[in-house]
Amino acid sequence: MRYAMAIDTKKCIGCADCVLACNMENQIPEGFTRSWVVEMAKGEYPDTMLEFRSERCNHCENAPCVRCCPTGASFTTEGGIVLVDESKCIGCAACVESCPYDARFMHPDGYADKCTFCYHLVSEGQNPACVDVCPTKCIYFGDLDDADSEISKIVETRKSKVLLPEAGTNPHIFYLT
Amino acid sequence: MEEIIVIGKSNPGVYPVLDVWGWEISVYLFLGGAAAGTLFFAAIGYLLGKEDALPMSVKNAIHFVPPALLVGLFLLFLDLHHKLNVWRLYTSFSLESPMSWGAWTLLVITPLSILWWLSYHYSMVPRWKRSERWLRKISNWSVRNRKILAWMILLTSVVLGVYTGILLSAFNARPLWNSSILGVLFFVSGLSVSAALIQWLSASKFETALFRKFDLGLIGLEIFLIIHLFMGLLSGSAVQIQAAGLFLGGPFTLSFWLMVFTLGLIVPAIAEVLEMFGTRVNKLVVPLLIIFGGLMLRIIIVNAGQVSSF
Repeated sequence: MRYAMAIDTKKCIGCADCVLACNMENQIPEGFTRSWVVEMAKGEYPDTMLEFRSERCNHCENAPCVRCCPTGASFTTEGGIVLVDESKCIGCAACVESCPYDARFMHPDGYADKCTFCYHLVSEGQNPACVDVCPTKCIYFGDLDDADSEISKIVETRKSKVLLPEAGTNPHIFYLT
Repeated sequence: MEEIIVIGKSNPGVYPVLDVWGWEISVYLFLGGAAAGTLFFAAIGYLLGKEDALPMSVKNAIHFVPPALLVGLFLLFLDLHHKLNVWRLYTSFSLESPMSWGAWTLLVITPLSILWWLSYHYSMVPRWKRSERWLRKISNWSVRNRKILAWMILLTSVVLGVYTGILLSAFNARPLWNSSILGVLFFVSGLSVSAALIQWLSASKFETALFRKFDLGLIGLEIFLIIHLFMGLLSGSAVQIQAAGLFLGGPFTLSFWLMVFTLGLIVPAIAEVLEMFGTRVNKLVVPLLIIFGGLMLRIIIVNAGQVSSF
């Protein structure tokens, strides 16, 4: 079992519905977000390109946040989802420093917080909130180890990239380009 | 041309610029480094049999160490966002986490420093406490076992001193910090702060002159390490070259080269050379500048490191 997400940058329109759905589903306090949208414009007229990317924790296979955690509060659970055990977190913020994607933040209640791939939904067989809410259906989620899953097929057939491959983190969010 | 607009990200302390570690961490690293340097000199002086020739470094500078370590630990505690969980540092050990190494090292070195202090300064324990038999027993034990204590302190002081830099350098995500030179640089800087304090406070002319020479050597070593830190960054990947740029024309250029390099290293080195050749320089100049430079080094590296990213 290896959960992964694929986000189709050709279909994403940057509406930030995923951000709102995440904030509401996970009751993120005002002024904080677990996900965000990057709009990247490149080139010189007339040779230009525009890319929208819905971004969040990459649930890295080689997760620096898990390795630097002094108490084991940051851990990788079954299926490769990186989580934070709030009851073990001392709030030292080392994991916030360690993330090349700046995907973590300190929750006002004192613990490190970030995207959980909506683990509470996924463990019941549902999709993360951002996947279901997307109006263009550009976010795919599933088990990469299952060759017949939609995500396996789309990652296999479409051209894709991961963010900051040079950081050596082996992310599990793929951006279809 | 590339233009990036980020929609929806608003996490304070993380976006747009990472600023989650503040002055508490910088001062903690400074106090840890200075304490490590002082303990290192005390242990090595004792092991080389220079207890009487170097009274300040072996016996007296230790007065500062337990308070510095305790204040440092308190600052680390202040930095925690979930303070009630602090005990969890000591119910686990993670080999790959510098924070864990630091917490355990401090747990070992703080009592060692108190034992060293007791072994020389039991007479300073308040009279009403001296009647406690267990305290006298511990004190007698530490006097008898100074050699074992010295070896343990020597080892743990190096671990502590190097750790103060490794805490930062273990982060691949912050290209400025991601250099092993920081461990050695912060340890040498801690030794230099300690050497400056010893030469200031020592009543022995021999000890003052010796630690002036030590400090000059340490300043030279620090300059060498700083040059190598930048050489390493500039010959690194794009993000590391960018990180070096923060100090080479970027926003930290003036503060680093003026406060750390000139005022914290070059000026005290000149003052020490002048003193060696008999010119009288106010006794406070060298220690104050070295302490200032050491503190600024940590503050600037901690802040600049958080600005540097992929």
